[in-house]
Amino acid sequence: MIEFTLWDIIRNLLLAARWTVLLSLAAFIGGALVGMAVLFFRISENKWSRRLASGYIALFQGTPLLMQLFLMFFGLPMLGLRIEPWTAAVLGLTFFASAYLAEIWRSGVDALPLGQWDAGASLGLHYLQELRLIILPQAFAITRAPTVGFLVQLIKSTALTSIIGFEELVRTSNAINNATFEPFKVYGLVALIFFLMCFPLTQYARRLEQRAARH
Amino acid sequence: MAFGWLPGAVGDIAHGAATTILLIAVTTLAGTLLSILGAAGRRNGPALLRRAIAWYVEVMRNTPFLVQLFFIFFGLPSLGIRLDPILAAMLAMTLNMAAYTIEIVGAGLDAVPHGQTEAALALGLRPRQVFIKIVLPQALKIIYPALTSQIVIMMLESAVVSQIAVRELTYEADMLQARTFRSFETYFVVTLVYLLMSMALRRLLVTGGRRALGAGVS
Repeated sequence: MIEFTLWDIIRNLLLAARWTVLLSLAAFIGGALVGMAVLFFRISENKWSRRLASGYIALFQGTPLLMQLFLMFFGLPMLGLRIEPWTAAVLGLTFFASAYLAEIWRSGVDALPLGQWDAGASLGLHYLQELRLIILPQAFAITRAPTVGFLVQLIKSTALTSIIGFEELVRTSNAINNATFEPFKVYGLVALIFFLMCFPLTQYARRLEQRAARH
Repeated sequence: MAFGWLPGAVGDIAHGAATTILLIAVTTLAGTLLSILGAAGRRNGPALLRRAIAWYVEVMRNTPFLVQLFFIFFGLPSLGIRLDPILAAMLAMTLNMAAYTIEIVGAGLDAVPHGQTEAALALGLRPRQVFIKIVLPQALKIIYPALTSQIVIMMLESAVVSQIAVRELTYEADMLQARTFRSFETYFVVTLVYLLMSMALRRLLVTGGRRALGAGVS
């Protein structure tokens, strides 16, 4: 039997935490890109695109993330794609994030006075220019706090990818726990690592919120 | 895609869904009660209690539910507390939900004008009566929509408790796909069941809230 010192446990957990960070970043960037596309549909003038985007958002917000990951993991091979846990995890979290980010940013677009659109149009800007130069910068600025808040939720959600077999922090901790039989220590340390990743972001989101409330 | 297994699986799926509903019903009741106590304690309790509640909220909100669940189910036995999977799941869900709803209930308590408390005290009500009969009902009415969303989120989160072998909807799906070898179809059907349940739960809470609280929820 291999002996694990406390340092061995911490070192292995920290090594695994790199994958948690990487997955969070990949899913956040992917989610932001897909979320932008969903946002375009969601605020489009065409009724059917709006409905389509609303349906997309409702679907991801109305079903468990774990089910979404399972559907990715088992569904993509049916389309003939070879898929590893990493791919399923990134894709699943990307689509999950895109629905939430689109909805957050949509609330920012809705919060802007209609006069902003009118003013843009009267300056001779066409629709895409209006979005790029006037609407989206303001919408992103006022939704910065909930966007950071969602990043915290996304980091915590990466824990679920351990269930479809992706080797991140939680899956590694399960393996260590099976070897050491010290669940209290192991899961306590995992919780601590997640806390150290999330807490600064939570505080940052809170500061942004307070600053927005002052203005 | 093949759904020939579905008629034989309806019973299992219904049984799993019933357990999920039981979990969320217990969590809603216990979590709301705990968060009322927590929010009141955070405002009027001794300094040490206030600090403890603030830290509790931060720790629960900044760690994944799955890790909290493992900590309670696998970790607590080493302190001599051994829980049934379903009890561990209920405990983890309640503690997790309370961390979010303490903030929500607290915001509601803060939103009730102070004049309401003063008026009630002037009428000769004791402080406890003022809280239970005057402040709390108004606060609950204000926060009801936020509470509703949190309950639905918690129901979706409950899929995770399949990992400690609680026989709820996701666990039944895991067992079914292992039997039928129709993984995608099984999870597809169960995902639809979750979608219907979350829509129905939201509808139920909205109409129920309108009737009981007169809360303006749409």
